[in-house]
Amino acid sequence: MSSTAFIVIAILTLAAALAAATLQKLMHAALSFAVALVGVAAFFFSLGAEFVGLVLVFVYIGAVAVLIVFTILLTRRDVGKDRGTNWSGVIVAVAVFGGLIWTILETPSLSAAAPQIPALTVRRIGEALMTNYVWPLQCIGVLLTAALIGALILVMEERR
Amino acid sequence: MSKSIDQIFISAKQWLLSWLTGAPDWVIQVASSLINIFTLLAVFLTLFALMSVLERKILGRIQNRYGPNRVGPFGLLQPVADGIKMLIKEDIVPARADKIVHFLAPILIAAAAVLALGVIPYGRNMTPFTIDGGILFFFAVGSTTELAVFMAGWGSNNKFSMLGAMRAIAQMISYELPLIITVLPVVMVVGSLNPDAIVAAQNGYALGLVPRWFVFTPWGATAFILFFVSGLVESNRTPFDVPEGESEIVAGHMTEYSGFKYATFFMAEYIGMFAITGLAATLFLGGWHSPMRALEFLPSYVWFFAKLSALLFVYIWLRGTLPRTRVDQIMNFAWKFMLPMAFTCVIAAAVWHYAGRGLRGWLWSLVVIAIVYTALSILLDARRKFAPRTYRFAE
Repeated sequence: MSSTAFIVIAILTLAAALAAATLQKLMHAALSFAVALVGVAAFFFSLGAEFVGLVLVFVYIGAVAVLIVFTILLTRRDVGKDRGTNWSGVIVAVAVFGGLIWTILETPSLSAAAPQIPALTVRRIGEALMTNYVWPLQCIGVLLTAALIGALILVMEERR
Repeated sequence: MSKSIDQIFISAKQWLLSWLTGAPDWVIQVASSLINIFTLLAVFLTLFALMSVLERKILGRIQNRYGPNRVGPFGLLQPVADGIKMLIKEDIVPARADKIVHFLAPILIAAAAVLALGVIPYGRNMTPFTIDGGILFFFAVGSTTELAVFMAGWGSNNKFSMLGAMRAIAQMISYELPLIITVLPVVMVVGSLNPDAIVAAQNGYALGLVPRWFVFTPWGATAFILFFVSGLVESNRTPFDVPEGESEIVAGHMTEYSGFKYATFFMAEYIGMFAITGLAATLFLGGWHSPMRALEFLPSYVWFFAKLSALLFVYIWLRGTLPRTRVDQIMNFAWKFMLPMAFTCVIAAAVWHYAGRGLRGWLWSLVVIAIVYTALSILLDARRKFAPRTYRFAE
C-alpha cells in the first residue's frame, strides 16, 4: 500500500517538477512548481510527519507560491514569450543534482535499517521549540519582525 | 434510546462496512473514507442549496419584498431550477484566456473548500477525518484558495478579473493573520491542535449552569468576534465583498466565468462559509455540546448544526444590513485594529490561565482586553484625519 502511494506521489512530483523546469510560459511553470510542492508535502504525510507536511502546504503554497506568481505578474511585461533555454541555469541545476547524488551514494548509513523513533507529533515539535531551540526561535522572530517593518517602510506613502 | 439516536450515523456506517467483513484492510479503509466523503458532500451540497434559497428569502424579508416564491412550495425548489439553468448555460472561455489555468481555477477553489470540511467534528465521534494537527490542516488547505483566486484572475486575461483577484488576495492574506492568531489562545488553553480535543475541553458547566464554552470568557468572546469578522472577509462576503464589487469591477475574478464554472465558484464560496462557521462553532461555541444539561437528550449533531445555522443567519443578516466598505478601510482595519486585538487575546488567555482559570482569571483577562481596547481606540481616534480623500493615481 505505502509503496504504491510512494510511486504515485513520486511520479506526480517529478512530472510537476519537470514541467516547472521546462514549460515555456513562466506562469505555468510557477503553478507546476506549486503542484510539485504539494507532492513533497504528500511525501511528508506518507512518512508520518504530518506537521511538516501541513506547514509546507501552508507556507509554500499559501505564501511562497503566491509571492512567486505576483513577482512574475508585477515585474514581467512579456510573460507569454519564449525566453529560450538559460544554459547557466542548466549547469547549476546539473551541478546541484550531481552533488546530491554523490552525497547520497557516499553516505554509508543509508543501507542500515532506520532506527525506531516515536511518531513526530505536534506536541513534541512544540516542546522542542520551546525548550532546546527557544533562542533560535526568538532570533528568527526578531528577524522576521524587522523584515516586516522594513517592507512597510518601503511601501509607505511619502509625505508631501 | 437517546444514545442510539446520537450515534445513529456511526451505526449506519458500521452496518454498511459490515458488508465488507473478510475483505483486506485497505479495502475497508478506502470504503470507510468514501462513505465519509460522500456523506459530507451530500450534506453540505444540500445545505448549500437550502442556504441559497433561504438567503434570498431572508434578504427579501429585510428589503421588504417576497424573495423567490414561484418554484415549488415556498420557492423551495428554486435551487433545482437554478442548477438546471447553470448546467444548460453556454460555457464561454475568452479567446485570449489561458485555457488550462482558466479551467483549473474553479476546480481547485472548490476542492480546497470541500477539503476544509473534513476535519470538523460534527457530533460525538463524528469527525470525518481525525488529524493530529486538524486546525493547521484547515488553514493550510484554506491558504490554497488564494492561489486558485489568482489563477482565476490571471487565466481570464481580463483587467477586471485581475483587479478582483488582487483585491481578494490582498484582503485574504491580511485577514488570515488575525484569523489564525485568534485561534492561538484556544490552542494554547487546550494544548492541542486536534479539533476533537478542543471540543472535549469545552465539556461541562461552570457553577452547574453556564457551559464551559470559550466564548463565555473575556478572551474567548473577543477572539470569537475577531474570528467571525475575519471569516467574513475570508469568504468575501458583504460588507467585505470588494473583490466582487459588482458596481465597479463587474464580478472580480469571476467576470469571465459563465454557466457551471460560475456556479462552482459560488458553491466554493458557500462551502467555505460553512467551513469557517463550523470551525468558529467548534473553537468557541463548544462544538456539538448542548448549552444546558436539561437539553442534553437532543443528539449532538443537532446542536452543531443549530450553532452553524445561527452563525450563517448572522452572515445573511449582515449582508442585508451593511453597505460595502472601501478597500483601504478594510486594510486599515485589519492591520491597525484586528491584529493588535488578536495579539491581546493571546495575552489575555495566558493571564486567564495563570490566574487560575476561575473568576479571578476571568476578571484579570477582562481588564487586559479593556485596557488595550481603550488605548487602541484612543490612539486610532487621535490619528484619524477628517479630510477629503486624496487620490494618488486617479486625478
